[in-house]
Amino acid sequence: MKTKAFQKIYTHIENVTKATCTVHAEGVANEEMAIVDGRPAQVVKIAGDRVTLQIFPGTQGIATNAEVVFLGKPPTIKVSDELKGRFFNAYGDPIDGGPEIEGKEIEIGGPSVNPVRRKQPSELIATGIAGIDLNNTLVTGQKIPFFADPDQPYNAVMADVALRAKADLIILGGMGMSNDDYLYYKTLFDNAGALDRITAFINTTDNPPVERLLVPDMCLTTAEYFAVEKNMKVLVLLTDMTLFADALSIVSNRMDQIPSKDSMPGSLYSDLASRYEKASQFPDGGSITIVAVTTLSGGDITHAIPDNTGYITEGQLYLRRDTDVSKVIIDPFRSLSRLKQLVIGKKTRKDHPQVMNCAIRLFADAAGAKTKLENGFDLTDYDRRTLDFAKEYSRELLAIDINIEIDTMLDTAWTLFGKYFTQDEVGIKKDLMDEYWKASA
Amino acid sequence: MSTKGKVTGIIANLVTIEVDGPVAQNEICHIDLKGIKLMAEVIKISGKNAYVQVFESTRGLYVGCTAEFTGHMLEVTLGPGMLSKNYDGLQSDLDAMDGVFLKRGDYTQALDQSKKWGFTPLAKVGDTVSAAAWLGTVKEGWIDHRIMVPFRLEGNYTVKSIVGAGDYTVTETVAVLADANGNEHNVSMSMKWPVKVEVKGYKNKPRPFKIMETGIRTIDTFNPIAEGGTGFIPGPFGCGKTVLQHAISKNAEADLIIVVACGERANEVVEIFTEFPALDDPRTGRKLIERTIIICNTSNMPVAAREASVYTGMTIAEYYRMMGLKVLLLADSTSRWAQALREMSNRMEELPGPDAFPMDLPAVVANFYSRAGFVYLNNGETGSITFIGTVSPAGGNLKEPVTESTKKAARCFFALSQNRADSKRYPAVDPIDSYSKYLEYDEVIEYLGKVIEPEWVNKVLTLKDILLRGTEARGQINILGDDSVPLDYHILYNKAEVIDFVILQQDAFDKTDCSTPLDRQQHVVNTVLDICNAKFVFDGFEEIGIYFKRLINHLRQMNYQTFKSDKFNELERQLKDLLAERVSETQAQAAQAS
Repeated sequence: MKTKAFQKIYTHIENVTKATCTVHAEGVANEEMAIVDGRPAQVVKIAGDRVTLQIFPGTQGIATNAEVVFLGKPPTIKVSDELKGRFFNAYGDPIDGGPEIEGKEIEIGGPSVNPVRRKQPSELIATGIAGIDLNNTLVTGQKIPFFADPDQPYNAVMADVALRAKADLIILGGMGMSNDDYLYYKTLFDNAGALDRITAFINTTDNPPVERLLVPDMCLTTAEYFAVEKNMKVLVLLTDMTLFADALSIVSNRMDQIPSKDSMPGSLYSDLASRYEKASQFPDGGSITIVAVTTLSGGDITHAIPDNTGYITEGQLYLRRDTDVSKVIIDPFRSLSRLKQLVIGKKTRKDHPQVMNCAIRLFADAAGAKTKLENGFDLTDYDRRTLDFAKEYSRELLAIDINIEIDTMLDTAWTLFGKYFTQDEVGIKKDLMDEYWKASA
Repeated sequence: MSTKGKVTGIIANLVTIEVDGPVAQNEICHIDLKGIKLMAEVIKISGKNAYVQVFESTRGLYVGCTAEFTGHMLEVTLGPGMLSKNYDGLQSDLDAMDGVFLKRGDYTQALDQSKKWGFTPLAKVGDTVSAAAWLGTVKEGWIDHRIMVPFRLEGNYTVKSIVGAGDYTVTETVAVLADANGNEHNVSMSMKWPVKVEVKGYKNKPRPFKIMETGIRTIDTFNPIAEGGTGFIPGPFGCGKTVLQHAISKNAEADLIIVVACGERANEVVEIFTEFPALDDPRTGRKLIERTIIICNTSNMPVAAREASVYTGMTIAEYYRMMGLKVLLLADSTSRWAQALREMSNRMEELPGPDAFPMDLPAVVANFYSRAGFVYLNNGETGSITFIGTVSPAGGNLKEPVTESTKKAARCFFALSQNRADSKRYPAVDPIDSYSKYLEYDEVIEYLGKVIEPEWVNKVLTLKDILLRGTEARGQINILGDDSVPLDYHILYNKAEVIDFVILQQDAFDKTDCSTPLDRQQHVVNTVLDICNAKFVFDGFEEIGIYFKRLINHLRQMNYQTFKSDKFNELERQLKDLLAERVSETQAQAAQAS
C-alpha cells in the first residue's frame, strides 16, 4: 500500500501500546485503513478527535512523531480473473513475484446474504474419500471444519478434497501456516496442474499474527465475487481457524476487553459466524463452500474455539488413527455432516442412507466387542465377525487414502455385509435387501 | 421538535452521540451516514452524551455524523398481513428487499400498505370499548384477525363511528373513538407497539392448566408443556436441538407458530422457507407456512438486532394472543441473544458477572419468559403464548450462566443428552434429567385425568420409576457382569429399554411416527405399562436380550403403522401371542387387572 498526494498526514501520536496507537485526527471514518510509519493499520476506536489505530505488524519502534496517513477507505481488494493462479499475503499483495492485480476494488467483509435469497443446498461434492462421501457427504454451500489434533494429516486430506472436488475455483486461506506447509500446498497444486484454479492468501508463521485477521475476509470476499458475479462453484479452504481465533483474543486483550471463556473475546461466536456464514448457495447457481481446519488441544472439543465453531458449522469431520489397520480414518462416530440428508438417497443411490447407518451400527457393535475383549469377557461368534468386519470396513472404506466412486463404496459395503453377516443381522429394509444383497461367494 | 445530535465516539457498534435536547433510555434514533440512515437504540445516557447501540455495521461512520431521535422506543407494526412473512429482527420484510445481499439502512414496511382487506365490523356505534377490544374482523388467510382498539389507548372510549363491511387498507381509518373528554381518535387496522413492553389489556393470567399437544411422546407423555407454559431445550451441538424444535413447530396443536431464528445458521431458516410451503398442517390440512411467521436474524446479521428479534417475536405473539389465538413461540437460540447482551455490556465497560455475562442476565431472561402465558380476555375468550427456547450451553456444560438463568425462569426442562445423541436415540431428550413442573400442578393433573384417563399422571410416574430403576440395573450389570446378577436385573433393564425404544424414541422423519396424537399416546403407554407390570419367565440372561429385542422391534413396527389400521390391529393381535410365549397366563391377567 502506498501513500498518495492530498492525503491527510498526522505526526502527533499521543499514545502507543503493544498493538495500537492513538493520534489526534479529524474526519476519520470507523474501520478506515491507515499507514503508520509505513505499516498497515486500521481504525478501531474513535473518541472525539482521538483516533485509535490497530497496527497489524505491531508497534515496535513506532515513535511519537511517526507519520500517520489515513487512506480514506476500509480494507479492500481488487478483484478480477487475474486473481486465479496467484498467491498473496494477508493484505492482498502478491508474494509470488507476479504483477499487481488490476480490477474492481471492493471492500472486504461486506454485507451478508439476505437469508430469503439463499437456495437450499442440494448439490453433492464428491471427494472419493468414503469416510466423507459415504458417511458424511458434503454439499455445495456447506461449511464444515476438520477437528484435528496438530499431529494429524489434515492438510493432506484437505488438499485431496480440494483437488477432487470439481470446484471451479479453490481459494486457500492460510493463517499461521508454517512455511513448509505453504510450500507443500504450492507444490501439490502445481504438480496437479491445478494452479490456474487456485487463489491463495497466506499468512505464515513468519508474519505478524494480527495480520491473520484479514485472511478469511480476503478469501471470502474474493469467493463472493466469483460465486455471485461469475456464478462459479467456489471452494474455500481455511487453515487454521484456531490460530485466527487466537489472533482475535490477542487484539481484544490489548484493547482491554473483558475476556469470556478460555480467554476468548465475548464476540468470538459472532466473529466466527460472520465468516463461516459466507458459505451459501446463491440463486443463480454459484456457491461458496467452506472446508476449514480447527486444531484442537488434546482432542478437547469443549474449548471455546471448537465449541463455538461446532454451533456455527454444518457438522465436523474427525480424523483418527485406527491402530487395528494402521491407517488414518475418518471417525464415523463423531463426524457429522448436517447437510447430507439433502443429497443421500436423492442424488445418490437409494440404498445409501440405510447402508451408511447399518455399516456404522455394525462398526459400533465391533467397538462394543472390543471393549468386552479388553475386559476379559468371552466373545460370541457374532462379536468375532463384527471385529473382522470392522477391520475390513476401516481399511476399505474409512481410510483417508481411498479414492473411489460412491456406487463403488456402496457395493463394497454390501460385499462386506454379505461376507460377514446374515440378512437378519444387517436389518436393512427388505426391498433394498432383495435388490442389492451379495451373498458371500 | 425532535432531539438531534452529533456522533462523537465510535467503538464497533457502540456509538456516542452528543444531543441537543431530551432523550429517553431505549429511544430509537437514526444516524445519517452520507444519506444512509442507520437505526440505533439508546442504552445509556450520561450528561449530554447518549450511548447508542447501532443495529447495523458502523463501518465508515465518522465523528460529526448527525443523528435524529424519534421520541419512541423500538416498535413493531401490528396488523393483518404478518402471517407467512419472513421478517428480520427489526420486522423489516426480507422478501421486499432488493438484491442478494442485505444493504445497510434498508428498512422495509412490515405490512403491505396497498393491499385491501375485507373488514367486517364487530362493534357498534355507541359501544364502550377499551384497549384491545375487538372492533372488527378480517380474514387473514384462515385466521380471524381481530381489529382491536390500539393497545396504547388508556381508559374507556365510545365508538363514535365505524365503517361498514368492505375492503380497506391497513392505514385507512375504520373507526373513530371518543374519549371521556370528547377527543376523537382515528383507528386504522394497524398499530404500533414498543417491543420491550408487555401487551396487557387482558383480564387475568391464571396458572396454565391445559396441555399443549406437540405430538412428541417424550414431551406430551413424560414432560408435557402446558398451553401458555414455558420450556427450554439445552444441549450441546449435534444433539438435535433444531430438529426437535422443527418437529414441534410442524406438529404442535397451535393456531399460529412464530419461529425466531436468533443468531443461528442461515441454512436452517432456508430449510423452513423451503419445506414449510410444501408440508401439510396435520390438523387443518392447510400448508404449514400458512400458520407460520419467521423472524430471522441469523448469526451473520447484526448482533444488536439479534437482541431485538426475540422481543419482536414475543410482541407479535402477544398481539395474536389478544385475538383469542393459541400461539406457539419458538426461539433458537436464546444463548445467542444473551451473547449479544454480553458484547454490549462489555463495550460499555460494565463490571461483568459470571463468564463475562451482564449481572442482570437472570432478570432479563426471567422477565422475557414471564411474558408467555394463558390469558382470559375481557370478552371472555382465551388466548395463549407457549414459549420454548433453545439454549446452546458453552462446552455442553449445563452449569453456565444462560442455562442456569433459564432454568430458574422456564417451567419445562428438556435436557438433550450427548450420550443419547451418540447412540442415535432420538429425540435425545434425557428422560431422567428432564422435567415438567406442570406435572405437579393440581389443575394439570385434573385436566389430564379428564382428557386422557383418570390416574394418567400416576401411570407416567410409574414409567419414570421403571426407567430410573432400569438404568440402575444396567449399571449393576456393567459392573458385575451378565451372569453375576439375578435375572430380574436383566428383565428390569430390558423393560426400561422397551419404554425408551417404544415411547421415548420417535422418528422425526417418518410420516406416521413423527406425530402421535394424545389418544394414541394413551394406547402405547397402556400397552407398555402392561408389559412392564407383567411377570416374565426366563431360564437365562441370553434369552432375555433376544426376546426383548423381538418385542421392541414388534412394538416399533406398530408405531410405524397408521393407528387402528388393519395392519396395526394385526400386529396388536400378534403382540398377544408374542407376550404369551413368556408371560404366564394368570400373571398376564393379573397385570391386565392392575
